[in-house]
Amino acid sequence: MTYDKPIPAITPDMQPFFDAAKRHELVVQRCTQCGTHRFPAREICSTCLSRAAQWVPVSGEGKIFSYNVMHQVYHPGFADAVPYAVVVVKLKEGAKLTSNLVGVAPHDITIGMPVTVVFEDITDEVTLPKFAAAVPSVGS
Amino acid sequence: MSLKGKIAIAGLGITPQGKVYDYNHVGFAIEAVRLALDDAGLERTDLDGVLLNPGLSWADQGMGSFQLQQAMGLRNLRLSATMNAGGATACAMIQQAAEAIDAGICHTVACVFSDAPLKPPKPKTEGKTDGGGSAGAYAFARGLDAAYGQFGVNAMYAMVARRHMHLYGTTNDQLGAIAVAERRWANLNPQAQFFETPMSLDDYHCSRWVVEPFHLFDCCLVSNGGLAVIVTAAERARHLRQPPVYIWGLGQGHPGGDPAETLTSGAVLAKESAFTMAGITLSDVDVVELYDCYTFTVLVCLEDYGFCRKGEGGPFVADGKTAPGGSLPVNTGGGQLSSFYMWGMTPVSEGVIQMRNAGGRRQVPGAQIALVSGNGGILSTHSTLLLSNLPS
Repeated sequence: MTYDKPIPAITPDMQPFFDAAKRHELVVQRCTQCGTHRFPAREICSTCLSRAAQWVPVSGEGKIFSYNVMHQVYHPGFADAVPYAVVVVKLKEGAKLTSNLVGVAPHDITIGMPVTVVFEDITDEVTLPKFAAAVPSVGS
Repeated sequence: MSLKGKIAIAGLGITPQGKVYDYNHVGFAIEAVRLALDDAGLERTDLDGVLLNPGLSWADQGMGSFQLQQAMGLRNLRLSATMNAGGATACAMIQQAAEAIDAGICHTVACVFSDAPLKPPKPKTEGKTDGGGSAGAYAFARGLDAAYGQFGVNAMYAMVARRHMHLYGTTNDQLGAIAVAERRWANLNPQAQFFETPMSLDDYHCSRWVVEPFHLFDCCLVSNGGLAVIVTAAERARHLRQPPVYIWGLGQGHPGGDPAETLTSGAVLAKESAFTMAGITLSDVDVVELYDCYTFTVLVCLEDYGFCRKGEGGPFVADGKTAPGGSLPVNTGGGQLSSFYMWGMTPVSEGVIQMRNAGGRRQVPGAQIALVSGNGGILSTHSTLLLSNLPS
């Protein structure tokens, strides 16, 4: 089955993100001066204006910051997907990512729900980080 | 020195609005300026300034205000700029014009918005539902967002609205109350696209989901058209065709950061400058014309202007107090939800009409002060304009 949803272009500034995703690792940029995590890529830290930054692995753990449920079809690749949810995940490290939550029906999503990253290989080159409901650890 | 009472809006031009295809974006702009000049009793040669807020259709072309100048044969301007702070631009253009006139840089400025994102309906071939293609115009998405299916402004605003609902218990019934109130105002406004179409709260709930938590009737219209106002010195306006609508207060507010965290617009900043300049308080306001890209935007701005406390917007609007006959008339022409969507020029135009006592069946009797707002981005940019039919 061919993948018919939009495939993001791997732009030079985001290359490390896509390289890591392909290895099933989640990375975001971290300002080496003030330590602020940011996503997507920026040239300059909006907190301290430093240009110095590294792509660093993050836990992949976070919480649902918000979500919507898309009903309108804007791209034919989503015609069979509606209604589907788009989520904003706030990582433990602070950066926010727009993504999808797999394995949870749109109306079972709640703000604050703990989630953890999973990876979906959509082409040979591109892997999309997505999220799944976090399994509560023993004792928590 | 305060600008209060020194500058006035002397002309208003509104082209046919909505699914109208007589002009492209430049033509709509020219027609709006022509109508505004005629309304004021002025000629093209009386203009010495043009400010343009370019709608989506202008996007591929730079220097829009110069294009407009050339297209309508304006000569010897002393002020020209293409401005874009999203939905906050309309009041910001009026501020720019007012300051330039007060500084003696120019004397009569047209502030213009136009757009033509809707295309004439094509013969039906594949059962598309958006007849005229309004969805496509605002469906832009960047690479990763599109990969996850996050398209357009509706989807981004829905994220913010969802947080308000989660934190404060705001409901679709409450958002619907805003939509119904604006529709009732539109049913009194012959220029409104929904003039002849009533809507109940049931109709609201039955309208399709665009992106939850937004029904279709939570979202503004998409309109072709043009809208212009003529700004000039109050003294000059007093000798023109229409009763002057005096500018009492102006302000802008651009909070930065992520408004989804604060659920607060730039109104909290913009209102300070505007109300201080005008020397009035919220209780002096007779009629409220808020930028309404969504029902939710109205709710947040009612909170941010202080009509109710943060988080209480839902219960505040639920009783219908913003509808015709209610205690707080809001968006008295039907707003962008139910009249037409000229970005921030829709609330500006209705503020002018109310201050002229020209609202016909929708006129708020005895209204003397109008609060007008503009809001752009995702609660990102904001402007405030206080208008009055009294010079001071």
